[in-house]
Amino acid sequence: MPGLHKSEFTNPVVNWIDTRLPVFTMLTKEYAVFPTPRNFNYFWNFGALAMINLMIMIATGIFLAMNYTPNTLMAFDSVERIMRDVNYGWLLRYVHANGASMFFVVVYIHMFRSLYYGSYKAPRELLWMLGVVILLLMMATAFMGYVLPWGQMSYWGATVITNLFSAIPLVGDSIVTFLWGGFSVDNATLNRFFSLHYLLPFVITGVVFLHIVALHITGSNNPLGIDPKGPQDTLPFHPYYTIKDSVGIGVYLIVFAVLVFFAPNFLGHVDNYVPANPLVTPADVVPEWYFLPFYAILRSVPSKLGGVTLMFGAIAVLFVLPWLDTSPIRSARFRPIYRQLIFVLVAAIIVLGMVGGHPPQGIWVVLGRIATAYYFLHFLVILPLLGKLERPLPLPESISSPVIRKGGGPLPYGAAAAPMEKN
Amino acid sequence: MRLASLAVLGALALCTAAPAFAEDEIKLPEQIWSFDGAFGTYNRASAQRGFQVYKEVCSACHSIKEGYYRNLTGIGLSEEQIKAIAASVTIPTLNDDGQPAERPGLPSDHFRSPFPNERAARAANNGALPPDQSVIEKAREGGADYIHALLTGYAEPPADMKMAAGMNYNKYFPGHQIAMAQPIHDGQVTYSDGTTATVEQMALDVTTFLSFIANPEMEQRKQMGVKIVIFLALLTGVTYVVKRRVWSDVH
Ligand code: HEC
Ligand code: HEM
Repeated sequence: MPGLHKSEFTNPVVNWIDTRLPVFTMLTKEYAVFPTPRNFNYFWNFGALAMINLMIMIATGIFLAMNYTPNTLMAFDSVERIMRDVNYGWLLRYVHANGASMFFVVVYIHMFRSLYYGSYKAPRELLWMLGVVILLLMMATAFMGYVLPWGQMSYWGATVITNLFSAIPLVGDSIVTFLWGGFSVDNATLNRFFSLHYLLPFVITGVVFLHIVALHITGSNNPLGIDPKGPQDTLPFHPYYTIKDSVGIGVYLIVFAVLVFFAPNFLGHVDNYVPANPLVTPADVVPEWYFLPFYAILRSVPSKLGGVTLMFGAIAVLFVLPWLDTSPIRSARFRPIYRQLIFVLVAAIIVLGMVGGHPPQGIWVVLGRIATAYYFLHFLVILPLLGKLERPLPLPESISSPVIRKGGGPLPYGAAAAPMEKN
Repeated sequence: MRLASLAVLGALALCTAAPAFAEDEIKLPEQIWSFDGAFGTYNRASAQRGFQVYKEVCSACHSIKEGYYRNLTGIGLSEEQIKAIAASVTIPTLNDDGQPAERPGLPSDHFRSPFPNERAARAANNGALPPDQSVIEKAREGGADYIHALLTGYAEPPADMKMAAGMNYNKYFPGHQIAMAQPIHDGQVTYSDGTTATVEQMALDVTTFLSFIANPEMEQRKQMGVKIVIFLALLTGVTYVVKRRVWSDVH
């Protein structure tokens, strides 16, 4: 019959469905036999971990929402009721709150992997950009989620961050009023944040789907950053990577469990156990740890508009990263200078994280400015120049024969080498 | 790798050294709590004495709005004891004619708050608001150590310090001027188990109770955690062995 899929499944029920809706064929193709480079290291676990984390967030979030009340007079108490009166409510809440932290840990490592092994380079630019969209959506989701328990940090965090938009010339103040749904952060704000906090994770799910579709078109990068040349360079995803991912999931769950069961408030801020009070400003308004580097960039510029621009700029440079990095070599293993500078960048981001957690005084201001400058220097100046100046190490011939034969191999990859072609 | 490791080390060193320039933090004396650590539990006797201190002293000013009398099973009180404790307070209600009335408390009631609203609380406390104590242990930097330090940290103010009217000097309160007068003094309560009620003893006991009421799920949480972590460790170990098997033909 025209249009029907020729299914190869022998089970009659599976075959009947697959003929009309070839999901089984698709799953087999994309997850079971999908040819995957054979040389992944454990850094390649983190995509799967992020996926698991998203599912955990949605599962726990739906049950929290059944018991949560988005009203300024009741929100704080309703979260305490979840902790005390709902069966295993404390488990739901602690998993959800620490899950947000775990999510950012996982995603930041996932992104570091992409930076180190050049996974953002052609032909994976769009895949990378979809990842940056996911990061932005996650940030919005986590920010609005943090407002829901309506503690002091919820309230003042929401006030400080929404107020940033007032830096926009002319329309800034109107935008802030529009975001608040009133003239201050209040019940209308809490209600819309709850609604959006419920919605965005499903938008994230959609973008994750596109991210994976894009991945399955280009195929995965690998620690050598060279393309597989044939079947000798790849392995079927199942069982090789299903089992390797399972090991990673086990370790991830152990870390997660230690946080949830033994230190559930370690990453939180004590002030968020004080009910929101518009009349009392906390000594220092600090966001959750995963926002601290960006918060530090914001506060290291004396002008509000400048700070906001740089903060969003810090993410904007990631969007155009594939074009800022002019080196055709993907993996840092073969880029002796980049390989060092990437760690200087990590150090700058760690410093920014520390700076973000302290009031902007004294030494912290100086450190914040130096690290901010370095962050942008890395992306806007160093990467474009380095690709032209750095002399890469010889690339191995293929994944399955990574040993470089003396005098052989596609050497030398000089400064002006053409971008690697896919074959 | 040299530049790389230098950079990361330098960043970390900077960040540990920087606070030394920037802040003068008050150091809290650290206590050893029965509820510390992965196997910690609430010392029942101490928590019960602590509840007595709360009931006889702190509850004159501080509410525990989120807690219920029935929660007291968690510190080892029996149903009968809890019924009696709840019945000793009166709870505002409406009678059959819809008029305000009072009834004896039940185990399912929230702890009775000392003041009907914030204004009444401030009026009775020189304008200061005694914070609700349901989650006070989680709401202060330093947690239990802080509460203990605060309760034992009253002293004469340094000569050069100007105290505002009605304020009390405390070594550990941020800014050192607290509106709460020293709440506990030696011998203020008579413990039914014969323990001597020193300030230190009462501070330890009431802090244990307040930690319990902020985290009533803690014992169950940690017990579950131990089992889950052991289970996950075994599972991960087995998974790793299987992984080695699966990959043995590749390596
Ligand atoms: C006479 C009323 C009164 C009594 C009794 C009382 N307090 Fe207080 N308490 C206050 C007031 C008022 C404040 C607010 C102080 C301020 O903000 O300066 C306060 C604040 C506190 C704080 C918070 C300090 C901070 O960091 O903000 C703690 C903890 C505390 N009390 C514990 C206790 C304990 C434990 C007891 C019983 C042993 C107790 N209080 C008895 C009135 C009282
Ligand atoms: C991308 C995934 C998500 C992230 C990163 C995220 C993040 C957060 C954060 C940081 C908090 C504050 C935690 C706290 O301190 O209490 C929170 C709370 C909350 N979230 Fe999410 N969340 C996600 C998905 C969801 C989903 C899918 C739902 C509902 C369907 C949901 C419902 C809630 C509710 C009801 C709260 C308030 C209860 C509480 O504060 O514990 N979340 N979320």
